[in-house]
Amino acid sequence: MSEDVAIRIRGLKTAYGSTVVHENLDLDVRQGEVIGVIGPSGTGKSVLLRAIVGLKTPEDGTVEVYGDDVTGLQGDAMRRVQDRWGIMFQDGALFSNLTVRENVMVPMKEHTRLSKDFMMQLADQKLRMAGLQTSAGDKFPSDLSGGMRKRAALARALALDPPILFLDEPTAGLDPITAGAFDKLVRDLQRALSLTVFLVTHDLDTLAATCDRIAVLGEKRVIATGTMKELRAIDHPWLQDYFSGPRGRAAETGAS
Amino acid sequence: MRSTPHYNLEKTGGQAKLSLNGDWTVHTLDHVEPELRQQDLEGADRLIVELSDVGRFDTAAAFALDRLARHAGIDSIDVEGGSSGMRHLIEQAQALRPEEEGWARQKSSFGMVDLLERTGRATNHFTNEAVNLLAFFGETITSMAMVIVKPARMRWTALFSVMEDSGLDALPIVGFLSFFVGMVVAFIGATTLEAFGATIFTVELVGIAVLREFGVILTAIILAGRTNSAFTAQIGAMRMRQEVDAMQTLGLDPMDVLVVPRAFAMVVMTPVLTLIAMLFGIGGGAFVSWLALEINPTVFFNRLQDIVPLQHFWVGMSKAPVFGMMVALIGCRQGLMVGGSVQSLGRATTQSVVQALFAIIVIDALFAIFYMELGL
Repeated sequence: MSEDVAIRIRGLKTAYGSTVVHENLDLDVRQGEVIGVIGPSGTGKSVLLRAIVGLKTPEDGTVEVYGDDVTGLQGDAMRRVQDRWGIMFQDGALFSNLTVRENVMVPMKEHTRLSKDFMMQLADQKLRMAGLQTSAGDKFPSDLSGGMRKRAALARALALDPPILFLDEPTAGLDPITAGAFDKLVRDLQRALSLTVFLVTHDLDTLAATCDRIAVLGEKRVIATGTMKELRAIDHPWLQDYFSGPRGRAAETGAS
Repeated sequence: MRSTPHYNLEKTGGQAKLSLNGDWTVHTLDHVEPELRQQDLEGADRLIVELSDVGRFDTAAAFALDRLARHAGIDSIDVEGGSSGMRHLIEQAQALRPEEEGWARQKSSFGMVDLLERTGRATNHFTNEAVNLLAFFGETITSMAMVIVKPARMRWTALFSVMEDSGLDALPIVGFLSFFVGMVVAFIGATTLEAFGATIFTVELVGIAVLREFGVILTAIILAGRTNSAFTAQIGAMRMRQEVDAMQTLGLDPMDVLVVPRAFAMVVMTPVLTLIAMLFGIGGGAFVSWLALEINPTVFFNRLQDIVPLQHFWVGMSKAPVFGMMVALIGCRQGLMVGGSVQSLGRATTQSVVQALFAIIVIDALFAIFYMELGL
């Protein structure tokens, strides 16, 4: 077993009722890489993310994180592995009744015994890491713009310095400039903290700017993995449409 | 699994050397952080951190070390040993130092001033709400009058749909609850009047209480809980999804489309529901009188007809459309006040029910005074 695999998925099957979303899905995420997961709508990109972090129990198959089987864990066993990853949900999923600083402090309160003062200072530091002003900490999520909310959500995801970061559609709904800045932030943080990033996206620019490798979902499994260049060479109708369309070409020139 | 962090601080002249070992992460820092903060680097202008024996190291630890340096007024830490990643984290912490020390912590006061302030705010809010509700009432009345003048503007489908949802569908619960309240009134009357040997007066008690107050009040309260909140939620959800804005851009007046049909439906259906409530309430009273007091239904209803004047029925009935209108008005107004967020929908729904209940009880009291002065 090579130890540089952070997440290993084998024979994963997930289903909602009689609708099978994934069947026999295999995927390896290597330590320290940014992997982008793409695929047509409805191929279960977000469901895959949910299956890895335990929000959806798979019907079959295993998910290993750093060599430990995390499939179907409950209660305390789940809590013990949860600090290995941070998740940023699509709309931020910040708790609306807490200020931004308190939001970042939630995982710290839950998983550590740090003093309140230190937690507050550390939360402010995380906000600065995510590119927010310290003063944003006193605001409520509803007072922030979409881009700031995503940054705050990223700060919360990084609160415990997890080695793995899951991002669900990090740039959806942001304007291109904000989205570009966010891509850069993710890339910078990934390098600085040597994170493994699992990124679900539709955004070709994000893929080009941040991802080391791309996994393509389709037909209930992973059709292909590789760099953008490698994927372009694959003769698959959806991939060809995706990368050779006007947006795909623009992203390529933008990246090079 | 995680080893406890330790440190050793040596001060020699102008330089301080901090040697660390163990795991320095957010999970273990609680062992050293409070102590580390107390460390006094007075006189030192250089901080050397020795990281060779450190296991794990993360941004929280880097922050804690940098904070120590910052408090002593040292600009940068000299790192010895440790991986490039660790050095990188410390550099990052230095780059992200807060602009000013500490932060304005909001202290909420619980003193007299706070009490006064909140009282003032609440009073102000209350008067504003009352004035705005009156304004909305006027607006609704105008729109309703316009519809009466030009019946073609009436949304008939919406009207009948609301009448069914809020009127017809509420019949079972209104009838059921009124029946039980009628029973309770009769029981109380029976036990109390028995002491005087005057159990027959239970008929008057039930008749007057149900016709004058309970029928209409029960109906109004059920509508406040059931229909009023539904109005707020429906219209509020439409506001949240910008449907109301879309309506306006398409030349539809939200007052005409949303408020007027609901107001008309409630004005028509509340008296109907009140009638049902009265019938079932008296039925409940008669039922108990028959079982517990052996006043058989024929005697009960004959006495009711002979003794209880019809005016009580009309007094009760006259309040019904007013309460119906209040429920519709408050429900629609709160719905239209919903902003973009989900919380505002929840807040508006709560507000709406509270205001409706409040309005119903207050208006009922005003009616009582009014009819008393009239001698009815």
